[in-house]
Amino acid sequence: MAVTEVTTPAPVAGTPPAPGAGLKIAVGSYVPLLPFFGFLLIFLIVPTVTVVVSAVQDGEGGFTLGNVRALTSDAAVNALWNSIILSGSTAIIGAVLGGLLSYLVVSLGPRSVIRRTAVSVCGVLAQFGGVTLAFAFISLLGFSGVLTEALRSWPGIDIWGSGWLFGLPGLIVVYCYFQIPLMVIVFTPALEGLRPQWREAATNLGATTAQYWRMVGFPLLTPAFLGSMLLLFANAFAAYATAAVLVSQGNPISPLFIRSALTSEILLGQRNLGFALALQMVVVVAIVMGAYALLLRRTARWMR
Amino acid sequence: MTSTRGFRIARGVGLTLFAAYFMVPLLSMLDFSTRARGDEGRTFDAWRTLVENEDLREAIIASLLLAVLTVALMVVLLVPTMIWVRLRVPRVSRLVEFLCLLPLTIPALVIVVGISGVYAWVDYLIGDSALTLTFAYVVLVLPYAYRSIDSALSAIDVFTLAEAARSLGASWLTVIARIVLPNIMTGVLSAAFIAVALVLGEFTFASLLHFDTMPVALVQISKTDAKASVAGALASIILITLLLMVLSLLHRDRVTRTPGQES
Amino acid sequence: MTTTPTPPATTTGRSLAVELTDLTRVYGSVRALDGLTLHINPGEMVALLGPSGCGKTTALRILAGLDQPTAGTVSVGGKDLTRVPANKRDMGMVFQAYSLFPHMTVVDNVAFGLKLRGQDRAARMRVARDRLELVGLGEQADRYASQLSGGQQQRVALARALAIEPSVLLLDEPLSALDAKVRTQLRDEIRRVQLEVGTTTVFVTHDQEEALAIADRVGVMNKGRLEQLAPPAELYASPATRFVAEFVGLNNKVPAQVRDGRAEVLGSSVPLIAGSLDAGAGLAMVRPESVTLDARSSTPNATVESINFLGPVSRVYLDVDGIDTVMAAVPSPVAVKLAPGDRVAVGVDSTPLLVVAA
Repeated sequence: MAVTEVTTPAPVAGTPPAPGAGLKIAVGSYVPLLPFFGFLLIFLIVPTVTVVVSAVQDGEGGFTLGNVRALTSDAAVNALWNSIILSGSTAIIGAVLGGLLSYLVVSLGPRSVIRRTAVSVCGVLAQFGGVTLAFAFISLLGFSGVLTEALRSWPGIDIWGSGWLFGLPGLIVVYCYFQIPLMVIVFTPALEGLRPQWREAATNLGATTAQYWRMVGFPLLTPAFLGSMLLLFANAFAAYATAAVLVSQGNPISPLFIRSALTSEILLGQRNLGFALALQMVVVVAIVMGAYALLLRRTARWMR
Repeated sequence: MTSTRGFRIARGVGLTLFAAYFMVPLLSMLDFSTRARGDEGRTFDAWRTLVENEDLREAIIASLLLAVLTVALMVVLLVPTMIWVRLRVPRVSRLVEFLCLLPLTIPALVIVVGISGVYAWVDYLIGDSALTLTFAYVVLVLPYAYRSIDSALSAIDVFTLAEAARSLGASWLTVIARIVLPNIMTGVLSAAFIAVALVLGEFTFASLLHFDTMPVALVQISKTDAKASVAGALASIILITLLLMVLSLLHRDRVTRTPGQES
Repeated sequence: MTTTPTPPATTTGRSLAVELTDLTRVYGSVRALDGLTLHINPGEMVALLGPSGCGKTTALRILAGLDQPTAGTVSVGGKDLTRVPANKRDMGMVFQAYSLFPHMTVVDNVAFGLKLRGQDRAARMRVARDRLELVGLGEQADRYASQLSGGQQQRVALARALAIEPSVLLLDEPLSALDAKVRTQLRDEIRRVQLEVGTTTVFVTHDQEEALAIADRVGVMNKGRLEQLAPPAELYASPATRFVAEFVGLNNKVPAQVRDGRAEVLGSSVPLIAGSLDAGAGLAMVRPESVTLDARSSTPNATVESINFLGPVSRVYLDVDGIDTVMAAVPSPVAVKLAPGDRVAVGVDSTPLLVVAA
């Protein structure tokens, strides 16, 4: 049977747009975006660029690496080191305990009321920071805190000591309070991404619970776990308010060092050191978040 | 497999321990702020100070106003922009996403260090009211607001709705305000609530730029009246929790079903 | 494609019988399974067919040990496995989708069960690659699951289940998540592999064409019970219950009278299938291909409504006087001579049919 050829109709000629009109239309659709971009430029981009630029400027505006070199001073290195210890320890504690809590919550099943409440509560607690958290722990473990007084009067134990709450150990204890819920929020999707079919297939092929976790579950969760831990690290490293309230004097950690650099009335030159410290913070956080993004991509590939 | 009796008991114990850990500091705030002198029962003196102390009261009002203004500016700035990007300039969406998520990577502390020059100008042009913090707060809220509104926009077919409305003669303003916005309300409200929670607790910007908001005032007063400051902190937690509970009631459940589990 | 269910010489040397006795599974107020009894011969492939919610997947999962019955027993090769945990049952299962471990290569996936059994690396790699050759994926051994198509993934899943030389192979709607074309190719693959390996196999599906095409026997299930278990041809020609007659193949329901052990339908007297009504008025389940059509009759009793051309066969919809529409499957060269509005005589041929209560 012969196939009859179908002729395509000639394209309808339309009038081409006037030469300038095309450009106008293209630009025109970008105009409504100006308020947004303008706003971000002024209130986000400019401050960030200011920090980077001022970090390499001296008091008169000339180029100098003096501020950056000051970062290697004992005080600055000490503060950085303490920040790393604080962030690292609370990241690890938060990741382990938060991961455990995530697992307990996820095992309740998606329709459980307790689970949904727990996740919302974690959402609130993860946002907890700063002033409210500091006061919560002062009211609990402070000099006249509820627990301090209770232990003082009854078994006669003094947990106040010389005020450890207001130093690095205190910060570690307090930071965990928001690190654990943050871990729950960040890690739960990964746990939910563990398909039940993997567990069932492993069991069907002969795996015990321990073997499943060792050979399938943990390996699949490791990138997400490490990534979440990095997120916790960055979160603690950049945190300011809680420490600012608890520690009124001195600069045991980098953020507080920035505070004294900014508010110091003694040495005006300290101002630019503050910029250098801020730049240092940006670099550290950017590196950590970059690693986090890479691990997140690996997880996403597996748990699609 | 996770429903063996032993596991369920262990889980119950675990969850209770965690709950206790999280509840204890909150309860201690309640106890601390209502303690009467010499352990003689409860008093709400500290709580009354919150309303009676003038500085404190003004700071609280300032914070509440800031919350409202921040939400307003965020909605006005972000929602039309995001809808517009989706509908007309999708190629910019990656850039917008990047910029909105940037405040997650740039610590608030860093932004505040660099923003003092900008705020000198703001002070000159608009004045030195604490309400000017609105601008900075919108930046801080951006990542959360973006994610919330973005997922609401992804859930509806914005393009088809807009095309249908346009073909019926609606202007772009009508499309945004009366067609798309009502359909992404949950996302917008969600962003609004997060914004309020953030603003009421924000300390870094306010203290380093020397503005008197509630958190700053609470820290000031903690030096003389510790109980009042704890009462204030607890009050803001209660308010934020109530807001976020309303938020989770508004959220529709997205329960995923595994395939092949029916017969 | 069916074979007589006798245990063939297998490559693994084992094929065992499967026995489900009085299996019941209750969830709250729902009876997912209601006294299911099923015997599967060694080396046989049985399909469990039914609409969603009929209990077929529940039965399979209980057989696998992934679910516990409320009552009843499961035994394989004469041994009672009801209380045996799922990981000790020596069965291989292929899931509907997503069951390959994403962090392992294809060959590692297939070798997983052997690794659990303590085989050394060289041995288990050999077996794994061999199984992959069996399903035609030898070249893909070192890739990852996400790099394979849906059909390829299911073949890997099959190889993985067979690598451990299970006594029973279980397939839970393995083709449902795949494209139509892939489905037909893969179901023949599965059957080919199953015959070659000779493992007793249970295969759950809601697609009757699949079940009829490859199973030795098909068990039709409804509301937790087994309606009929028979080879595909028997199921089609002699449905035991109304549900089976309606679920398998297409049917017309035509009023009929049962008298003296025969049915009177559309003017013809036709033998009955066991299970029909004893006497009186009822509905005859008439297959479209059993409807006869005479365009030149002088006593027409129906009007042609419409004709659907489907290639070699056409469907002719007829408005039979005094009855509802009847659909006849007619060879297209004949159908092409008909037109809507024609008056024709419609009857049934002498194929035995089922008459149910109206």
